[in-house]
Amino acid sequence: MALLEIQNLVVDFATATGSLRAVDGINLTIDEGEIVAVVGESGSGKSVGMLAMMGLLPWTSTVTADLMIFDGQDLLNMSNKERRKIIGKDISMIFQEPMTSLNPCFTVGYQITEVLSQHFGGKRRGYNDKAIELLNQVGIPAAESRLNSYPHQLSGGMCQRVMIAMMIACQPKLLIADEPTTALDVTIQAQILELLIELQKSQGMALVLITHDMAVVAETAERVVVLYAGQQVEQRTVKQLFKKPKHPYSEALLNALPERANDKLLNAIPGVVPGQMDRPLGCLFSPRCDYASALCKETSPNLNDGILCHFPLGEESIKVESQ
Amino acid sequence: MNTETAPVTSIRSQQWKEFWFYFSVSKTAVAGLIFLILVILMALFADVISPHGPAEQFREYAKLPPSWMEGGQAQFFLGTDYAGRDMWSRIIHGSRMSLLAGCVVVVLSLSIGVLLGLIAGYRGGWIETFIMRVMDTIMAVPGLLLALVLVAVLGPGLLNAMIAIAITYTPSFVRLTRASTLTELNRDYVTASRVAGASPTRLMFVSILPNCMAPIIVQGTLSFSTAILDTAALGFLGMGAQAPIPEWGTLIAENRDLILNAPWTVTFPGVAILLAVLAINLVGDGLRDALDPKLKRS
Amino acid sequence: MLRFLINRLMLLVPVFFGVTLVAFGFIRVLPGDPVEVLAGERGLSTERHAELLAQLGFDKPIWQQYFNYLSDILHGDLGTSLITNRPVVEEFFELFPATAELGVCAILFALIIGVPAGIIAAIKRGSWIDQGIMSISLTGYSMPIFWWGLLLIILFSNTLNLTPVSGRLSFLFDVPPVTGFMLIDTLLSDEEGSFLNALHHLVLPSIVLGTIPLAVIARQTRSAMLEVLSEDYVRTARAKGLSTFRIIGVHALRNAMITVVTVIGLQVAVLLAGAILTETIFGWPGIGKWIIFSVFSRDYFAVQGGLLLIATSIMIVNLIVDLLYGLINPRILHQKSKS
Repeated sequence: MALLEIQNLVVDFATATGSLRAVDGINLTIDEGEIVAVVGESGSGKSVGMLAMMGLLPWTSTVTADLMIFDGQDLLNMSNKERRKIIGKDISMIFQEPMTSLNPCFTVGYQITEVLSQHFGGKRRGYNDKAIELLNQVGIPAAESRLNSYPHQLSGGMCQRVMIAMMIACQPKLLIADEPTTALDVTIQAQILELLIELQKSQGMALVLITHDMAVVAETAERVVVLYAGQQVEQRTVKQLFKKPKHPYSEALLNALPERANDKLLNAIPGVVPGQMDRPLGCLFSPRCDYASALCKETSPNLNDGILCHFPLGEESIKVESQ
Repeated sequence: MNTETAPVTSIRSQQWKEFWFYFSVSKTAVAGLIFLILVILMALFADVISPHGPAEQFREYAKLPPSWMEGGQAQFFLGTDYAGRDMWSRIIHGSRMSLLAGCVVVVLSLSIGVLLGLIAGYRGGWIETFIMRVMDTIMAVPGLLLALVLVAVLGPGLLNAMIAIAITYTPSFVRLTRASTLTELNRDYVTASRVAGASPTRLMFVSILPNCMAPIIVQGTLSFSTAILDTAALGFLGMGAQAPIPEWGTLIAENRDLILNAPWTVTFPGVAILLAVLAINLVGDGLRDALDPKLKRS
Repeated sequence: MLRFLINRLMLLVPVFFGVTLVAFGFIRVLPGDPVEVLAGERGLSTERHAELLAQLGFDKPIWQQYFNYLSDILHGDLGTSLITNRPVVEEFFELFPATAELGVCAILFALIIGVPAGIIAAIKRGSWIDQGIMSISLTGYSMPIFWWGLLLIILFSNTLNLTPVSGRLSFLFDVPPVTGFMLIDTLLSDEEGSFLNALHHLVLPSIVLGTIPLAVIARQTRSAMLEVLSEDYVRTARAKGLSTFRIIGVHALRNAMITVVTVIGLQVAVLLAGAILTETIFGWPGIGKWIIFSVFSRDYFAVQGGLLLIATSIMIVNLIVDLLYGLINPRILHQKSKS
């Protein structure tokens, strides 16, 4: 049985200018110990989808899904109290901006021991040794004295390590990493990714890596889900995707990698992700797609073997969808 | 030349429209504005509106309760005070004092404060240090106390009270303007103006000042309402407007002995103060929400 | 921590001197002949005038007068009251505890009601509870407090007979002054029921004095909470599975209170100004009532000394608040040190 199973996840936001559909039908299945990458540009809904599953979205959001099951439990219809027992313990999430994601008024030790005492009971202080052990595990030197440090005394990379320590403290079965290295120096990025993979192996947890960096995907993940404007456009294994992408967007993303640039120009994708007001008729990617046809511009494509496209790349026959 | 001026005016009217849009979103602010306009009209047309003269005494009708209570009379809507003067007429005329006090205080403290703040921010150096230390000293003494001491020096009376209060409000404007000036000084358009050869005066008043106006306007509204309260406080303490001037605070002071027998003489002037200040504060809140770019929703 | 303290003290020094200048200069700009004014005598003969002039030290050059004044201050001599002939310092410190007690009770009242009100308003943003709380606090902010005091007296003391009208303690009790704080002294004395009586007398004045701070604190807490609740670290706290109570009461509140503490500091000056009015209304024998009386009775040395002492007290309280602020917000303390 899969560890996490999400089907047709939809997230709407109520805004001053009407309802905004941030996530439009994500399907995701994750088995124990798997590493899955979720890829997309800003505004693709990759973070929102995972936040929705954790129940961390503001009150203006409406979350619906056909199925949202974790470890046999129904996440969708769970009470908040029930959900709080799982979050931070069996499912954990680390965020993009480590410096602002730690509470500036409390020490590192406090924040780590807090999550332990919350889920396993008992006094916070009793978990000090465990906290030191965790800090060592994530590679923070002089762990014992670090317990009394405040977040503003640490660098970005260190803060991220502390966050990781905090979130794996309860040995979760699933760890979601939301762009964990985007806000960090390039040199630190590799270290943090290495750490995540190492922990994933040693703890046997499933890892969802949300990123916009295809290079990171290539290095770390086994499977990849590609999102565009809230919709899921492709889901394949990493090897398959890199070898032969089936959705024009995936192909464009890969072409945009610096390694694939020709002589002088990078292959940027022209245009921007559609916002609330300028959603095109038909396929959402059609304005930017090299292969767009008249059909693409008028009608929204249905899922074609997991690919959201009228004309998936490499298909010999062109399938015409009947409505 | 014409093509240059036309866009400027339309930008201005566009700014007004945008401002009014954000302001009118808050119904309470609009309600406050309407009430304020009514008070202003009341002050302007006091002689016409009030049924009796503010100093007219009806000895036979002294200490009459309001018209809806037992013993009250229709011609004395809110009752009469110890000397038989109609409370409603006195309160109407008192609105003149309060609004006048608010205006004078704000005009004085704003103009002096903004000027000093501009100079302090622009010049820097020891001028800035000197001005800011003086302002710190003024702020070290609680406003009412300083005003009291100043009135003791200048002598009691409405005008002296207004001057004293204005002095206590000046530091806020100085700080505000200086802070804004310092921020604006670093901007490119100021450097550009300077390179183009603009004189310091022109730089300060034409280039920098308009961009600092938002917080100054909000502070001005706040000071207007606090000025009314402080004038009333001084009047109550006997250091402000002197009897028989019908300033609202003085009215309360005059009738303080009647608090047991004729509580209406003390209650209604206070209600007048409360409503006027509340209206101004609502408008001030609305102004702040409309002018603060951080709060603007797209 | 020590460096922080010294830093703050350094900033206060020029302000302190500024206030001494104001106090010093105030007497010399009074209308009329300062000698006549201070002596309280009229139609002085030339010899008497010269005598008093020398006595007051006004015959010396102005800078020397100021210097003498400063050295007097540093020796603890702030002049003698023209009315009571007692040292101003003595009178001030005798009456100070009454005002301090009233002020502390007022702030406690404002905090106990204002902070929870602000938190609730923030959590229930946009609801009628939020709007109600904000409207009430705006009204409290717009009231003349002397009128508010009179109104409450009319209602509670006269009509309902629930609270006493004036003073700190019913004259039926005889409580020896030990600390000057009535609540403490009554507990120390063996007069039965005196503590409750003192508390009873404190209720209405504290409410009146604390109304404006209450309004300000409620508004500030609300906006601080709204800001904090949208911060990343609150999301992290939620992601840890912490209870709502803990998230708001521990994680959010701690950060929100930083702003609120600064506001409390500003309220001290407001409190002292309000004390002048409140003490007058309630016949409370404190600094406020004393200074008004001094101004009216032209006791200029008392006013001069009072001005300086009040300003200095405010500066000291602000300093303490700054230190508290440093304790709550670790970033300020560590400003000089970097990892």
